[in-house]
Amino acid sequence: MNRFLLPFGIFLVLLGFLFVGLKLNPREVPSPLIGKPVPEFTLPQLHEPAQAFSPQSMRGRVWLLNVWASWCVSCRDEHPLLVEFARSNPVAIIGLNYKDKPDDARAWLAQLGNPYALSVSDRDGRVGIDFGVYGVPETFVIDKQGIIRHKQIGAVTADALREKILPLIRELEQG
Amino acid sequence: MRALAAALLTILAVLAGPAAANVAAPTAQDPVAARRSVDLARKLRCLVCQNQSIAESNADLAVDLRRQIDEQIAAGRTDAEIVAFMTDRYGDFVLYRPPLKATTVLLWAGPALLLLLAVLVLRRALRQQAKTPAPAPLTEEERALAARLLREQAAPGSDRTQ
Amino acid sequence: MIPEVGQLALILALLLAVVQGTLPLIGAQRGIGAWMELSRPLAAGQFLFVAIAFLCLAWSFLANDFSVLNVASNSNSQLPAHYRVAATWGSHEGSMLLWVLMLSLWMQAVSIFSQSLPREMLARVLSVMGMVSVGFLLFLLLTSNPFERLAPPAADGNDLNPLLQDPGMVVHPPMLYMGYVGFSVAFAFAIAALLGGRLDATWARWSRPWTTAAWCFLTLGILIGSWWAYNELGWGGWWFWDPVENASFMPWLVGTALVHSLAVTEKRGAFKRWTVLLAICAFSLSLLGTFLVRSGVLTSVHAFATDPERGLFILVFLAVVIGGALMLFALRAPQVGGGGRFETVSRESFLLANNVLLIVAAGSVLLGTLYPLVLDALSGGQTKISVGPPYFEAVFVPLMSPMVFLMGVGPVARWKQATLPELWTLLRWAFAVSLVVAVLVPLAAGGGSWGLRLGLFLALWILAATMVSVRERIRNFRGAVRERLAMQPRAWWGMILAHLGVAVFIAGVTVVGTYETERDVRMAIGDTVEMGGHVFRFDGTTEATGPNYRAARGTVTVLRDGREVLTLHPEKRTYNASGMAMTEAAISTGVLGDLYVSLGEPIDASTWSVRVYHKPLVTWIWAGCVLMAFGGLLALSDRRYRLRSSQRQREAVATSPA
Repeated sequence: MNRFLLPFGIFLVLLGFLFVGLKLNPREVPSPLIGKPVPEFTLPQLHEPAQAFSPQSMRGRVWLLNVWASWCVSCRDEHPLLVEFARSNPVAIIGLNYKDKPDDARAWLAQLGNPYALSVSDRDGRVGIDFGVYGVPETFVIDKQGIIRHKQIGAVTADALREKILPLIRELEQG
Repeated sequence: MRALAAALLTILAVLAGPAAANVAAPTAQDPVAARRSVDLARKLRCLVCQNQSIAESNADLAVDLRRQIDEQIAAGRTDAEIVAFMTDRYGDFVLYRPPLKATTVLLWAGPALLLLLAVLVLRRALRQQAKTPAPAPLTEEERALAARLLREQAAPGSDRTQ
Repeated sequence: MIPEVGQLALILALLLAVVQGTLPLIGAQRGIGAWMELSRPLAAGQFLFVAIAFLCLAWSFLANDFSVLNVASNSNSQLPAHYRVAATWGSHEGSMLLWVLMLSLWMQAVSIFSQSLPREMLARVLSVMGMVSVGFLLFLLLTSNPFERLAPPAADGNDLNPLLQDPGMVVHPPMLYMGYVGFSVAFAFAIAALLGGRLDATWARWSRPWTTAAWCFLTLGILIGSWWAYNELGWGGWWFWDPVENASFMPWLVGTALVHSLAVTEKRGAFKRWTVLLAICAFSLSLLGTFLVRSGVLTSVHAFATDPERGLFILVFLAVVIGGALMLFALRAPQVGGGGRFETVSRESFLLANNVLLIVAAGSVLLGTLYPLVLDALSGGQTKISVGPPYFEAVFVPLMSPMVFLMGVGPVARWKQATLPELWTLLRWAFAVSLVVAVLVPLAAGGGSWGLRLGLFLALWILAATMVSVRERIRNFRGAVRERLAMQPRAWWGMILAHLGVAVFIAGVTVVGTYETERDVRMAIGDTVEMGGHVFRFDGTTEATGPNYRAARGTVTVLRDGREVLTLHPEKRTYNASGMAMTEAAISTGVLGDLYVSLGEPIDASTWSVRVYHKPLVTWIWAGCVLMAFGGLLALSDRRYRLRSSQRQREAVATSPA
């Protein structure tokens, strides 16, 4: 009797995995950069193209890098949250304007509000590749030593802020 | 209008034809590098697509990554270095051939283990059925029945067993 | 009006299915004749109503009724008529309706062609199929209603995805679903046997034609899908080990094992429990495939738009049907008992080895397909990997090669008892010749990979060993060779043809994989490129319009020895409704290979980048599969399935010991 139960048993295990699988998102790819130093780059600033920005200048501070674009629909969903965050939180958000036209980008920010301490223009997406960006928007939390500690895939939601990002920032600020 | 222009061009080309007709040059500047590029691109997965390699996909990210590959090949990087470049940024997800790691040991060893298991089960089944007693010889009625059925089978028009 | 009629018909079909799933089954358990007799008319009624529903949807597509949401989402008034009909099954909802239609078709077929089946068995079989039907009809009505209305109606539709606007779309899904759903018949027979406690050679004989028929359809469905991908995708690939492709391949592998296992159970009464388990597994894999394609659990180009609610429904359905079947198996299998005896070296044992290898292969494909999901689940979403063609090829070829080798040995081995020396004597020349040719061809033609040598060896081995088995088979008959061959039953011919089909398939895969050539060139008008003994000349492009697209239509003239032999017209299309661009390759199909031309991008007004391929023997890939399916069909038409049992034979079977 027991050996004939084996197919049933195997099926139950399979069923369990499929059940769990329904809750997962196979398109969400976790980042291998967590725990690694933030990739070095030097890019022109969006509002002052003559000036450049490089992550080195953020050493000693906890900060967020938000990848956004004016052509990105989901970015509109998260933008109000970012604006609110910028207003109520001293942690800086640096925007990475990904594969966008600077004019469109500036107009978009003028229209919807600018939560960024500054934004940089990544016209051809190379810096995005270095960050492993594959979809817009994405947000990285970086600590005082310049190590990436968290990646938010997709739009920042109120839940994500409350449960992951804000607690992490508090923890990093103390460290 | 465009059709007319095309027709004119064609006529001109035909007239100029035999003198100008060329053996076509490869699209790529360096066919060997291009071959390498395509082969590498076929091995890497497009993250924004529904299961396509970056060679097949026309998504922006795929185009960007193909360009990266071409640049790196031109810069003299080896295949392994280019693949490492991709996995450093995107993780193992980008590889169609899952690397052998602690997490994938079961995957790679699985088929062999399954085969081993199956062979063991098979051996046990064969041994066990060799032990089962041979079926009892036919009784008289069974013999008569069998003979009758076989006669009917042999009659023309009836089907033959294989 | 018509969509509402369709919806009503589905509800009526569901009601009938509920009755069909319960009363005949209870009738069979309790011996209530009247309830058992209900199964036939109920099946007929279900078929009628499901067919009405399907025709209503098809009519809505054909008549461009954009007040139906499904039509508005998947069709367009400019779409040619045959694609409008095909769009009926181009969406998740429509394809589910096709599934249910196929199920009711098979039910009706079982109902008609089972005149000599005992009443209890027929009642049980149709009941089980009825229960499956209930699940799918509920699924349709509750989560995936194809008749949902769109108010206000759209002015025009979104158009069928251009990738689907191909003759393949007309044939591939119906064939595929006939195969998938057909395994439900074998499944139902297995459940019926477990319920009735009678599992013998007669049961195998009844099951066998249904299983073979389903297998034939599945073979055709998969091969058409593969050929379609090759024609459509512009790269000349024909199999990608995509999760949805694997979802169709796994039932095929298990189905092949089942067809062979049934043969042994029928002839020798052996493998009974194993065959029943295989029948359950084959259909379970069909159902699993349905889940994988529609739940969003795996990413695939073939997947339908996903919805976790739908996924959950199917999963619960899966749990009930498969879980129930496997539990029944666990409870009843011990009572069913073992089967005929056979020696360690015998045709039975070779067939058993074949089964084992096929199942391990299917298991490996399942492992590879689901592993990313398993790892994802175990790591809480932190570890994502991809398992693609490199894995599957690395695993599949080593598993299948021994099986293919045994395919040559099995038909030559005697039932019950054979000896290795005897087999060696019969097969040694076949072995030697295959080995020698497999080594010589690469030396002569260039290309020295082990894959090539292995593939050639296996293909030639099957050919040679099959010829040996033919010779041995007709040895004991009298008359001229031709007469002796004609005397052999069709089932035997079916086996020979199907096995030769495998040889043809392997030859095609091996040769095209090694010897195909590709050139990616920029061509101005008049430029030529030489490949595979042919010269390709680019003669420019013109603008063309199709029924629902605009295109740049290229002209490429193919010359051989300076003479024009062929004109090919690759196209770069832009579809009107969706704006989607598509490359339509021009392919010249031939017995000895294909010439494949596809337009890349325009470089300037008269210069294009063009990809030209020469693919020797690529058509053998699909020709081999066609041979396999034809072999199955031949086996199906064997005389013994044309029921003409005399009354006495029926009595004799009834009174013989079970």
